Amino acid sequence: MKNKINLLFLIFLIFYPFKLLALIEVDITRGNLNPLPVAVSSLSSTEDDKKALKKVLDINDLGLEISKIVENNLKKSGLFNPLNKEAFLQKPDIAHLKPRFEDWALIKAQALITGKVNFQDEKLRVEFRLWDVLAGKEMLALAFTTVPKNWRRVGHIITDKVYERLTGEKGYFDTRIIYVSEKGPKTQRVKRLAIMDQDGFNTKYLTLGNELVLTPRFSPTNQMVTYLSYFKNLPRVYLLDIETGIQEVVGDFAGMTFAPRFSPNGKKIIMSFAMDGNSDIYTMDLENRIVERITNHPSIDTSPSYSPDGKYIAFNSDRSGYQQIYVMKSDGTKVKRISFGKGLYGTPVWSPRGDLIAFTKLHKGKFYIGVMRTDGKGERLLTENFYQEAPSWSPNGRVLIFYRETKTDSKGEGFSAKLWSIDLTGYNERLVDTETDASDPSWSSLLSN
Amino acid sequence: MFLSFLLSACATQTAKKIDSQIQGDVYTGTDTVEYLADGVPDRVFFATNESVLTTASRETLRKQAAWLRKNPEVTVVLEGHADERGTREYNLALGERRANAAKDYLMTYGISSSRVSVISYGKERPVDSGSNPLAWSKNRRSVTVKAN
Repeated sequence: MKNKINLLFLIFLIFYPFKLLALIEVDITRGNLNPLPVAVSSLSSTEDDKKALKKVLDINDLGLEISKIVENNLKKSGLFNPLNKEAFLQKPDIAHLKPRFEDWALIKAQALITGKVNFQDEKLRVEFRLWDVLAGKEMLALAFTTVPKNWRRVGHIITDKVYERLTGEKGYFDTRIIYVSEKGPKTQRVKRLAIMDQDGFNTKYLTLGNELVLTPRFSPTNQMVTYLSYFKNLPRVYLLDIETGIQEVVGDFAGMTFAPRFSPNGKKIIMSFAMDGNSDIYTMDLENRIVERITNHPSIDTSPSYSPDGKYIAFNSDRSGYQQIYVMKSDGTKVKRISFGKGLYGTPVWSPRGDLIAFTKLHKGKFYIGVMRTDGKGERLLTENFYQEAPSWSPNGRVLIFYRETKTDSKGEGFSAKLWSIDLTGYNERLVDTETDASDPSWSSLLSN
Repeated sequence: MFLSFLLSACATQTAKKIDSQIQGDVYTGTDTVEYLADGVPDRVFFATNESVLTTASRETLRKQAAWLRKNPEVTVVLEGHADERGTREYNLALGERRANAAKDYLMTYGISSSRVSVISYGKERPVDSGSNPLAWSKNRRSVTVKAN
């Protein structure tokens, strides 16, 4: 997708200290009840640069706007508490050169982010530093250049680097969400594919809404999307190139194909094919178009999801009489049921770390998003609601995004569908901003690495 | 006191009305049903998670088969649907299974499979937007639609 973009990391003067215990660290394995107080100083720029950038982007103070993106990301992670800029005593340009740590300690900041934006040769040049206020030390310093229109991504990349330095794990901020945008009455929903930045900005609509579309999923490189379209009233799996807009049918079988996902190497699509009342799981090799049947059972087999190493497939089947989660080898052998709790289980999705499977569970009229280990043990329910389903993992495996629908009132009104996210810890449940009602989210991998 | 008596009486009546429209989790009412021809209902209903045809459904489908035999030029699409209380992908499969249950029955009554196609909408096209057992029972259906 945007990987090609000239995000040249000119990594300069990295003072990357060895794991010094004195420096701040953030533990992301537990629900964080004491988010780390962090001061995100506005990124400074000269008056001339400000004027030039105003011309190009129509933004008065780009450095300030970028710092707000970082603040918003950090706040939504639930791990950080960005402090109010009005309390800052030191000016951005001076703070970036040499912070007066006493001033920042005074307002209880433990970490400080400073930076600078230049406009050179039609490119943005951004540098930033992360400081440990109490230790009085620089923890990280990076610079990079990009085209001006990528300015929001600059904020996301800074957040990713800060997150990684402080938590020890990769971030998930320079990412996008593809989802189904919804409009209209519940009985006649108009659905369109939409894509946006992880923080809800830069929404683009990829289909017009003339036909029903469902369940979009990113390819591993984020360039392609596979989804279900009812084009010409034939529900089939399609492939869409996000940059070019070219669509093609891949599941053109003699019946409905649905529930598509990419294999981890992006070379195959795995999907369900339904014929004569029976749904089984198939793969199609995208290069030679060879189709392979993976399951062969009179029950419903659907919602397949590969393990990140491609060796296993988790899927949904009602062969026991009710919807349960099964795992098999990727050739379809060694099928094993893994969900044994009370209720029905659906939509298994393998974590990018490989150790967990996220799922939807229906029990006693309530829907849950939960996780279990790949052998089915250690089930943990993260959130309960009237209706919610379809979890998708953040690329670092720390956050799940899913959709939730409301119960309508006695007149059948008040329906809405929204995206939500929750940490793997079960804390930090949040509504995800979307321009319209939304469902079926799929989280991209990191756009830059 | 009097008012509360009235209210409770009213509530019981509503409950009875709903009960009389659902039997064994299957919708038995008629307010969403349309007719392909005089006396030929266009749809059959299912229990939660089920695709088994009830006695009433089989009777409806026999009427449809008779009508199709009388009108050999007509082709139909069977549209299978599920209620909103299930995951989207599973419901797509379930809708397909329901429509095929209806198709199989039509075929046993002599209707050629070339005249009957099947499409599943899963939970995408409810007829009743309510979030209650009665609305869900109306939405678990296979509808026979004239295609030509």
